[in-house]
Amino acid sequence: MRPYKYVRAQDVDGAVATLAEAPNAAFLAGGTNLVDLMKLEVMTPDMLVDVRRLTSDRVEGLDDGGLRIGAAVPNSVLAADHKIRSRYPALSQALLAGASGQLRNLATTGGNLLQHTRCVYWQDVTTPCNKREPGSGCSAIEGHNKNHAILGASEHCVATHPSDMAVAMAALDAFINVQGPEGERRIPIEELHRLPGDEPQRDTTLQHGELITSVDLPPVEFFSNSKYRKVRERASYAFALVSVAAALDIEDGIVGDVRIALGGVAHKPWRATKAEEALRGEPASEANFRAAADIELEDAQPLRDNAFKVPLARNVITRTLLDLSEEGR
Amino acid sequence: MKLRLMVNGESRETEVREGESLLYVLRERLGLFGSKNACEQGECGSCSVYLDGELVCACLVLAGQAEGSEVVTVEGLSEGERLHPVQEAFLEAGAVQCGFCTPGLIVAAHDLLSRNSEPTEAEVREALAGNLCRCTGYEKILTAVQMAAETTP
Repeated sequence: MRPYKYVRAQDVDGAVATLAEAPNAAFLAGGTNLVDLMKLEVMTPDMLVDVRRLTSDRVEGLDDGGLRIGAAVPNSVLAADHKIRSRYPALSQALLAGASGQLRNLATTGGNLLQHTRCVYWQDVTTPCNKREPGSGCSAIEGHNKNHAILGASEHCVATHPSDMAVAMAALDAFINVQGPEGERRIPIEELHRLPGDEPQRDTTLQHGELITSVDLPPVEFFSNSKYRKVRERASYAFALVSVAAALDIEDGIVGDVRIALGGVAHKPWRATKAEEALRGEPASEANFRAAADIELEDAQPLRDNAFKVPLARNVITRTLLDLSEEGR
Repeated sequence: MKLRLMVNGESRETEVREGESLLYVLRERLGLFGSKNACEQGECGSCSVYLDGELVCACLVLAGQAEGSEVVTVEGLSEGERLHPVQEAFLEAGAVQCGFCTPGLIVAAHDLLSRNSEPTEAEVREALAGNLCRCTGYEKILTAVQMAAETTP
């Protein structure tokens, strides 16, 4: 690991100001992704500004009836929170489907959103990777690409976003509150992560020095009928091949409203807006769920090793919506 | 920097570089060799310790982040020469082969049983998912945890 300076900031303002003046510095929270990548020299910041104790570590009610999750809330605490479990169960399930107990205890809400891809070529500094070294080429496009993207990829990068939590938050219309050198802003989660395009080195739309301070969940009643389903190669402690977070509002057998987001298929949590659109006002039937999934997956462009993700995603979407239509009746 | 920690109930103070890991501090600065250094990536669980009451991988915690914290390592589970029931159960069940993963597994099993005194086999498997063992095939480890669940007060 390359030498670096460790700084514990006094408050959010101080942390943001310190980073703004240090172009190669990084925020450190739980460290469960940054510290391991530094050991591999995939990431080489010259300074770490510790923010773990600076932002809120509580889940609090908002005036509009929604919830605000402090960026420092550990994943394990968020998963166990009774308000999250009863009103946004998909989020709790997604958190528990990720990592191990040890990692969930350290990892924070803000850090989880910003975790990096597990593309093996990004993690292997001996191979070309446009995300790590822009212009060097993508080793995954012709390499081992079973775990890679089927939607929204580019000729420069086919990596996937690894977070489970972020997929649930994408389905649940979360807003991300950010503080940076230019002040505060509030970003719909849909606009936090980005597709690779010709700048795969940028995972998110955040600017250097911007710190996630909290995440807001809106007060939507039918989000209590939500679910996260993850398919992976073993029952625990593995990243998703495909995952889905969905919420379903159903009345007299008709889909009133629906949210669907996919994990493991794209450079960002993939909000399935086409499938949602196709389902609103339609009977909640297996055939309609399947047809909606097909509409979403029409644009899928699988790679050599991951064509299986297309039918897998269709099946996981269908099964999850069926479960929700039975449970939410 | 000077680092102050409560380790296994004792107040400790040692000179560290802020950037070194808590695991390095425990082993190389404080001479507590129970927590093992294997993957250094937070994947194998062999460095599992309690940090302020939470089970964590010590290899991912920077020394600076642990300032003022309370740490309990595998050495802190026994009472003098008397082993903790989880440790006794691992011996009794023959759940130890090369032994490298054992301290981390014992702390993780201790954490599970402190939250859930009668775990199902599925719950044990899930709770220990972050602790890798390359020798035993896990069967005797599962047996040991169930035995410990019966004997832990």
